[in-house]
Amino acid sequence: MEEGSIHLEKQVDVPPGLIHFSKLDDILNLARANSLWPMTFGLACCAIEMMATGASRFDMARFGCEVFRPSPRQSDVMIVSGTVTRKMSAAVVTLYDQMPEPKWVVAMGNCAISGGPFIFPGQYSVVPGVDKLIPVDVYIPGCPPRPEALIEGMLKLEEKLVGYRRKSWPTVEAK
Amino acid sequence: MSTDAQAIHHESFIVNLGPQHPATHGVLRIKLTMDGEYILDAEPIIGYGHRMHEKMGENRAYAKFLPNTGRMDYVAALFNGHGYVCAVERLAGLTVPERAEYIRVITCELNRVASHLLWLGAFLVDLGGFTPLLYCFDDREKILDLLESVTGARLTFCYFRFGGVCNDIDDTFVNGTRDFVKLLRSRMPLYHDFVSTNIIFRKRCEGIGLLSADTCRRYGATGPVLRGSGVAYDVRKQEPYSIYPKLDFKIPVYPECDCMARYRVRVDEIVESLRIIEQALDQLPAGPVMAPKVPKILKPAKGDCYFNVESARGSFGIRIVSDGSENAYRLKLRSPCFSNMSLFQEASRGMLLADALALLGSLDLVIPDMDR
Repeated sequence: MEEGSIHLEKQVDVPPGLIHFSKLDDILNLARANSLWPMTFGLACCAIEMMATGASRFDMARFGCEVFRPSPRQSDVMIVSGTVTRKMSAAVVTLYDQMPEPKWVVAMGNCAISGGPFIFPGQYSVVPGVDKLIPVDVYIPGCPPRPEALIEGMLKLEEKLVGYRRKSWPTVEAK
Repeated sequence: MSTDAQAIHHESFIVNLGPQHPATHGVLRIKLTMDGEYILDAEPIIGYGHRMHEKMGENRAYAKFLPNTGRMDYVAALFNGHGYVCAVERLAGLTVPERAEYIRVITCELNRVASHLLWLGAFLVDLGGFTPLLYCFDDREKILDLLESVTGARLTFCYFRFGGVCNDIDDTFVNGTRDFVKLLRSRMPLYHDFVSTNIIFRKRCEGIGLLSADTCRRYGATGPVLRGSGVAYDVRKQEPYSIYPKLDFKIPVYPECDCMARYRVRVDEIVESLRIIEQALDQLPAGPVMAPKVPKILKPAKGDCYFNVESARGSFGIRIVSDGSENAYRLKLRSPCFSNMSLFQEASRGMLLADALALLGSLDLVIPDMDR
């Protein structure tokens, strides 16, 4: 071994979660929070509202979430917009597994939260909430949620990432 | 040709399109057997959006099924509600006040315009042009504002009630609708300049995705798909319901059978719908919007009833069998998307994959409507 080289064999094998570069992580999270790439993943009615949020008027691009990727391998956020049926559940899990880390899931609408109006005794098709299959970060209630609600959900996800509310963006209190 | 070359020529492979694919507009899965870029067979596999609407119609009271009607074909939700309330009204022998009928037609036609605008944007995204989507959604949002002011919802409307509608429309809505009709009419030349004459769009649509009238008839295709194949079938003319006989409108028909014909039918339908809305607003009578004394729990007499309405995608039919109790004994939905999609397997055989996706887009499918 040459003089001055690093002794690699002496390094301790630490699981990646234990080392915390606090400032670097903050900067990385800030960058991630401002460029969340959702997956184009429409399941039912909520997908139309998701399209409306991405299109003119509501314009999700203001928050950096407008780059809808058709491939799970290029996206950070899975917006589960609609009813997850049993037949679809295997595909949902596969898509989640195909997304690279770090990844987040937004359950949009009552169907993705709990099965919504399609849960009744003896029902045979609907999964009662996507959190039975994959971990969910943000829940957005509504049937379907308004585009403003989806934007608020994405802001909540940003808040979860960086720890504080987006600067100069008002919080609306419920009356 | 040597044996090796023949072996390569006959080598086919299977590609799964969906259930998560942006071109399938939802959760349709198509199992494609391909020979290079050409499709040998395309087998649609459905059921990924099955939400038990028929079952739910059978295990709850008639009125409790009303919210479901907004979630079948959610892009044009009011038509499902229209078909359902008309079928139940016919069974229960309820008469609807004339003003309510006019309001139903006005809101339905607004919804048809919104649905066609959404289709136009999504279809062009399929073909690779993203910009028109933003224009279409801009106009569509104005319709949603109008509908929200009377129905209270943006998308999954539950506005019609047995015997009328739940809210009366006011002057703000009437004036807003008149303004919107003028605005959209002035925007139509823009769409034509923007889209109809675009050379890329024309090359991808003219002569592509041919569906003969015979194919459409065999599979039961209806709506703009059938009218784009030269058959002038429209439920509003063939089996008139509501106040449509009192209104003057044309059924746009194009005999070219290709994607371009289906595009032209839908664009012309937007214009015709605007005419219908204007006439209905002119003729709008005063009066109540609900029939008097509609029982809270409806128990229609024994019998069965089939009602057809012209939805934005074709003929939407609903059959209700009543055994005289609070719940329907059987509720059957005839979704236009299911029939329109069925012909894809036959029509796409031998097509290039990219052309088949143009055909799929031009059929205007809403998958949870198909799976019900």
